Amino acid sequence: MGALGHLASGPGFWPTASMTEFSAHHLVDLFRLFALRLAEARIDLGALDGAIGDADHGNSMAEGFAAVVRATLAAPQDLPGPLMAVAARSFLSAVGATTGPLYASALQAGSRRLGERASFGPEDVAALVGAFADGIAHRGNARPGDKTMMDVWFPAARAVAEAARSGASPLEQLRQAERAAAEGREATRAMIAAVGRAARLGPRSLGHVDPGAASAAILISALREWLEAQVGDPPMGRIG
Amino acid sequence: MQRFLNNPDDLVDETVAGFVKAHRDLVHLSPENPRVVVSNAAPKAGRVGIVTGGGSGHEPAFIGYTGRNLVDAVAVGEIFSSPTAKSFADAIKAANGGAGVAVLYGNYAGDNMNVKMAARMVAKEGIEVATVVANDDVCSAPLAEREKRRGVAGEIFMWKIGGAKAAAGGTLAEVQAAAQKAIDACRSVGVGLGPCTLPAVGHPNFQIAPGMMEVGIGHHGEPGARVEPLRTANEVADDMLKIVMDDHALPAGSEVAVLVSGLGATPVNELYVLYDRIESGLVGMGMKVHRAFVGNYFTSLEMVGATLTVMALDSELKALLDVDCASPAL
Repeated sequence: MGALGHLASGPGFWPTASMTEFSAHHLVDLFRLFALRLAEARIDLGALDGAIGDADHGNSMAEGFAAVVRATLAAPQDLPGPLMAVAARSFLSAVGATTGPLYASALQAGSRRLGERASFGPEDVAALVGAFADGIAHRGNARPGDKTMMDVWFPAARAVAEAARSGASPLEQLRQAERAAAEGREATRAMIAAVGRAARLGPRSLGHVDPGAASAAILISALREWLEAQVGDPPMGRIG
Repeated sequence: MQRFLNNPDDLVDETVAGFVKAHRDLVHLSPENPRVVVSNAAPKAGRVGIVTGGGSGHEPAFIGYTGRNLVDAVAVGEIFSSPTAKSFADAIKAANGGAGVAVLYGNYAGDNMNVKMAARMVAKEGIEVATVVANDDVCSAPLAEREKRRGVAGEIFMWKIGGAKAAAGGTLAEVQAAAQKAIDACRSVGVGLGPCTLPAVGHPNFQIAPGMMEVGIGHHGEPGARVEPLRTANEVADDMLKIVMDDHALPAGSEVAVLVSGLGATPVNELYVLYDRIESGLVGMGMKVHRAFVGNYFTSLEMVGATLTVMALDSELKALLDVDCASPAL
């Protein structure tokens, strides 16, 4: 009844995008959704990583974002940008390997995007995809095709930029990003790992989805899911 | 393989807990960070601190080299996974005696990133950091691209030399230069006869077929240069020595230090069989073996196999290598 009931209340129930402004509390809520979706995928990500890595990617990502939620909840910080910097530091303290520095850099870049403003809007949520991609690219050495998280972040960022140029709403931009991310994740199956932990397997990595690409796609889906819950605008024929 | 295991997720914490209990005369756990092991002799006021760190599963590396005149603090990572930047930063703080800290670590993507971020974190507190990145694994990249090579058991010589230089009162620049000289003088090669299994994964993520060996294998099972039928110990020893010495190109009469380490599941007696032939080979090339180390110094879980490291010595390296030290592993 719940979800259908909401939809039945009609378009007027949803605030329009232009009116919507988010606070630091909303940012914590977004991190909570990241943590929740990663926690749900913990076992699956671990299995993917077990095929070509050390099976800890699900744990690292879930624990990393759980730490982000704890730290941002506790931080006496009302500005979303600086709060995202708190998130970056807490992720870096909780996660090692390359994942820790890469997502810390992503969150740092997200913090710069939000700046010192008192609030942020739906367009900022969509723009986080590009900011995260830039932050990761700045820290890491992976190029497209290397079978890493960048094979999801690059095409997703491109999809957001293209959709934005064509005048799509932030939510539509994120829907495009989600599609590009899913394609990028599946494309890693046909790649041979060139950098990172799986590179040691060489051709033996072929046929497996990269776990870093899979978790990146989960984060991008969560961005879309979160913004959709905030601004509504469910696509036609789609429920829940 | 059957294992002594409780919960795989607790393996690293339990390893470190047992380690600091067993070696409480030499080391302790950082009160600030349960993933940092600190020498009881650290920090020493006015002396350069020595820090390393890396993934677990290589015991006695990295924690085993914490001690007097050796490594002051070690950042501990998950199995085969770089420690966090925070752990590296806390290790640097624990080793800081006011004269700067040298972080001597292996050339892996995660360690490179986390050490760089740790150095930035402690810079805010006024701690000066110098780094040396070990790249002694010959088969991981051609000599012309040495900066791409991985760090393996040569790291032990790098720590020994760096620790001795710091103990002698060397400045941060001098300690860095000595450690760099040490790793530049090292060449290593690994041969794998059987794979290892990450306990949380439960199956090996690479295979070495029965009767085969992988020459040039890395410390985490990185693919080797050649997969070929296993030969006799003497032939394997000759092959390893040739790979290392061809890359070295040392003049006859050079003095060397030799390290033969098991990868975890190879019996120590087989390491001596290899060493017997290796030393004969070195002598045949006109080399003089100043010191040899044979045993499980740097392992890869239960990988079957061995690594050979040859370090070329000059008078400075020789003197520093001979400086007394005390740690659980050396």
